[in-house]
Parts: sequence; C-alpha cells; structure tokens
Amino acid sequence: MSDLVIQIVDLTREYLMGVERVQALKGVSLEITRNEYVAIMGPSGSGKSTMMNMLGCLDTPSSGEYWLNGQEVSRMPDDALARVRNREIGFVFQTFNLLPRASALQNVELPLVYAGVGSRDRRARARAALERVGLGNRMDHKPNELSGGQRQRVAIARALVNEPSILLADEPTGNLDSATSADVMRVFDRLQAQGQTIIVVTHEAEIAAHAARVVTLKDGLVASDNRQERVQAA
Amino acid sequence: MPVLEAVRMAFNTLWTQKLKSFFSLIGVLIGVTFLIAVVSIVQGMNVYMEEEFANRLVGLNTFQLRRVPNMQMGNITEETWREWMRRPRINNEDARFVEAKLETPALFSRSCDEDGRVTVGNRSAKGISLSVVDAPYFKIKNYEFSAGRPFTAQEARAGSPVAVIGSEVAEKLFPGVDPVGRLATIGTLPYRVIGVIQKQGTLFGFSMDKFVIMPFDSPARRQACRLAYMDELHVQSPSVATMSQAVERTQELMRVRRRLRPHQADNFAIQTAEGALSGWKTISAVLFAALPGLVAISLVVGGIVIMNIMLMAVSERTREIGIRKALGAKRRDILAQFIIESATISTVGALIGIALGIGLAYLVKAFTPLPAAVAPWSIGVGVLLGVAVGMIAGVYPASRASRLDPIAALRTE
Repeated sequence: MSDLVIQIVDLTREYLMGVERVQALKGVSLEITRNEYVAIMGPSGSGKSTMMNMLGCLDTPSSGEYWLNGQEVSRMPDDALARVRNREIGFVFQTFNLLPRASALQNVELPLVYAGVGSRDRRARARAALERVGLGNRMDHKPNELSGGQRQRVAIARALVNEPSILLADEPTGNLDSATSADVMRVFDRLQAQGQTIIVVTHEAEIAAHAARVVTLKDGLVASDNRQERVQAA
Repeated sequence: MPVLEAVRMAFNTLWTQKLKSFFSLIGVLIGVTFLIAVVSIVQGMNVYMEEEFANRLVGLNTFQLRRVPNMQMGNITEETWREWMRRPRINNEDARFVEAKLETPALFSRSCDEDGRVTVGNRSAKGISLSVVDAPYFKIKNYEFSAGRPFTAQEARAGSPVAVIGSEVAEKLFPGVDPVGRLATIGTLPYRVIGVIQKQGTLFGFSMDKFVIMPFDSPARRQACRLAYMDELHVQSPSVATMSQAVERTQELMRVRRRLRPHQADNFAIQTAEGALSGWKTISAVLFAALPGLVAISLVVGGIVIMNIMLMAVSERTREIGIRKALGAKRRDILAQFIIESATISTVGALIGIALGIGLAYLVKAFTPLPAAVAPWSIGVGVLLGVAVGMIAGVYPASRASRLDPIAALRTE
C-alpha cells in the first residue's frame, strides 16, 4: 500500500447562498502521507471549515478528486460516506460533541456500534481506548460530570477506538484553558509518536506549532505549505 | 445497528424524560385498556350466560312450553305484543296431550308463578316468588334439600297446603330455628313447611333463594292462575339429543292440537336455553362489532400524539443525530433508531394498558354482578397493536431524522 493517506486534486466547492454563488474552495490540491502531523490554518472565510468537512467526508466536492486511503471518496453516495467516516476518520470537535445522556464508555462505544462490533468486544475496546487517554477511572461518568479536558480526552478516545487512518481535529483546544490545552496537545504528540496520522484545523499559532507541517488557506486556495521544527508540549 | 441496542437507547430516553414519555403514550394506553377491559367483560358475560344463566335458570336439556316467552332480550314491537296477548293460554288438556303423545322419555311439571308476601308470626317477607308445581319439578330443577323433603305424590294429588322454601326465605322468616314442620302464611293461606332447598346463590346480583314451592293443586294456585290453566309446562329430557327431538315433537303436537295451518305461525312459545341465549348473542355480537372502531379511534389519536413527540425529539436531538452521522451512522441506522424508539414508547403504553385493562376487568368482577374473564388473545392483540402503532407513527419523524445533513446538524445548538 502507498504511504499516501490523503490525495486531493484540484478540489472545489460551491454553495448557493440565495441567488449568489459562493466558491468556498477554488481548487485545492494536497497530499498527506502516513504518520504526518499537519495543521491547517487560515483566517475565517478562508475555506478552512469547508476543507475540514471535505477531509472528514461530511461533504462532497463540486469538482476535483479526493482519495482517502486508496478509495475515491469524492463521488460516494451517503451511506458509503458514512462507512468511510466510521472506518477511516476519527473526529475531535471544539465543542467535544459527546452525547450528554450517555456515559463516557457508551460514548466511546458508539463508532463500534455502527461498525457492527459485538457488545462484549465493543466494551473491551472502548475500555482500552479510555485507559489509553488516562480515563480508566471515569468510564461511567456522564459528560456533565467531567471537566473540559476530560471531556476532550473522552472524545479523543472515541475518535481512536475504531483505529482510523486519520485523526481529524477541529479547534480541539478552542474551549479549553491553557493548562488543559497543553494536556490535550501532549496526548496528540504521543499519538503521533505511536504512528497516528493527525490533521488539526486551527487558527491558533500555538496549536499549529505542534505540527510538523502547516498548510495555510486563503480565499479558498492553498496560500502556503511549510514544514517546520515541531514544538513539543512540555 | 442491532435492535437491542436501539431498544436500550429508547428505554434510556424514556427513563430520562419520564413525565413527557408518560403523556406521549397515554393515547395508546387508553385504547389498549379499553380493548382488554371490554373484551374481558363481554367474554366473561359469554361464559356466565352459558354456564350460569342457561344451565341453572333454564337447564340445558329442559324446555318450557308457554303462551309467550318470558326471557326476551331487546325490545318487542307493539304488534308482537298484541299478537302475544291474543294467544290462548296453555291448559291442562294441552299438557295432558303432550305428555301422552311425546314418544321420548321425559319428566313433566306444570307451574304457575306470582310474586307475593310470606308471613310467619310478626315477620314478613315481600317479593317472594310463589310457585305451584307438580312433584317432578324438584328433579327437573335439580334441587338439593338442606332440610326436610319434597312433597309426595299423595300430597300433590290432594293439593295439601305444604310448602318447600328457599334458603333466604328460611333465614329471614325462621332465624335460628328449623323451619320444617312450622306454619307460614302464604298470600292469605296457612301452609306447613316441609322442606328447605340448599342455597342457590345469585344471578346478575339477584338472589335465587327467595321462593316458595307448593303443590300445583294446593289452594295458592287460585291466586296464581285460572282453573285448568298454567303459566308453563316444564319438560325435561334425559339428554340434550333427546331434548331436541322432544322440542320438535312438542311443536308438532301443539300445532295439531291448535289446528294451525302450515302458513300460520305458532301461537305458543317453546323456550330453550339456546333460545334464551340468542338475545345475548346478538348484544355481544354488536359489542364486538363496535369494539374495533372505538379502539381504532384512540389508537389513531395515540399514534398522532406519538408522532408529534417524535418530531419534537428529532428537532431537540438534531445535534445528537449529527454526531451519530459523523461517527458513521447510516441513514437506516438513524431510521431504525427513531422507529424503534417510537415503537418502544407505544409498546410500553400498550403493556401498561394491558395491566390496567386486566385490573379494570377484575374491579368490575369484584364490585358488580358482571363477570369478567381476560381473553389471552386480546393481550396478544394489545401488544401487537402497540408495536404497530408506534412503528407507523415513527416512520415520518424517523425519515426526517435520517435525511438530516450532518454538517448542519452538527452546527445546531
């Protein structure tokens, strides 16, 4: 298998806002290899969110190609995309997006439920994932019984439980104070060291500094694509 | 997604929103309660009518030859009534004729009845059924004696003033003493009590033990019917099979005796247990015919309520749906989740309804003379209706949920 995880060729995305045609992405090309740590940056309106939706297979492009782990996902129907999201992508959101009425363990089990994993196996894997992020003693807590940092770690455990090709994080520290932010970034660093491919969408330079590569978008195009010396979380 | 998982999630939702869930399932609950209770009561009535009413009051292999039927359910028209009143009464000659010509073995007893007063010393009881009968009557009615004896052939022939009384009459008029051998004033006539019949219990709440039985030719007959006439002739056959022969033969004999032409209707009535039940059968058929409509109305209302609740749930949980989709839920996973949730709410409603319906049936049984017997099939139908109503009501909200765009759904607060 190729070491290329993501190959994007001349991707565009247009929206119809009333009668006006808005081009959020105007032809983006990008390649990401396995175990890379990439930050995607850009001011608001740069197409960053659209890019994130494309990368996460939540949206399909108007034109261009998107190959994820050897499959062309740019023209897949809804249910096939759902399957790709389930197997290939682990989401970490700014607002955590945990189910409020489910326990930490049940939240982490959710992707496995949709993958059709049996309940015994599911429970064991979810437990292991929570232990990996240091929440082995909080499994039965509801999200509102956990701190912000703990919630985000539950979300990371949920993202990783199905062993996805990429971990896709959207402003993962946007709702956290600086101490817990550092905490979460340490978890990311460690995961990258263990071989995980990570893409972080952010507008914070401090967060982007953890990545080995920074892709900056501007007006729906790639403005710069630089490799850099990584800052390791203390 | 596995069904069990969805059911578990549905219970989770139900449990966290107890009050709302309760209101949402009340329509189905009422519909199913109604179904179970009505079926139980009608079914109970059926059993009761057949076993108690038909067997005890009329007797399965007994029939009565009468001028007009006395057990008639429903209304009769003015015209029918007039025709009845024109009919000749049954007389001793008729009875003798039928007794002589009926080939199958049978027991016969004439009887005349009226309600009246019985007095013993300064105690008195009103509304007692006073009957004058022939000696085989006790056998026909299958009466057991708790004290004393029936009257003898001799007493019957002589028209002796002797009486057999029901247990309630004995308790009321002879408290704490043995009535046998004592005198009682029946109507205006002194009678000697010779026997007491065992307790018969109640039928539809009416006591079956408020009666006095006297020989047909004893003085009380004059108060009950005219000389040489009777209210009815009881005929008992040894079996149900010979009874139907006897019924046919009696009808023929009476038509011959009354010289009725083929086109003329009977001007007498032959009353059987089956005939007495036919009125009830009509009533229960009407109830069973109306029941599906009534149940359907409450289930439709219940279904609409559930659909609304589910639509609300979908809009309240848009973000949850977005999260599930992001994590890999397919359309049919979301569809199944909401349909199963809706079916679970409705089935819980149906189960509570079944419990309430059974409870209601037992309350009716305990506090009214109406009997009740829960029909197992109605429980099955109740559960099935609960599941079906929920699934149908869930389809539209669930399909809306399944079609939500994950990006928009994730952005909602």
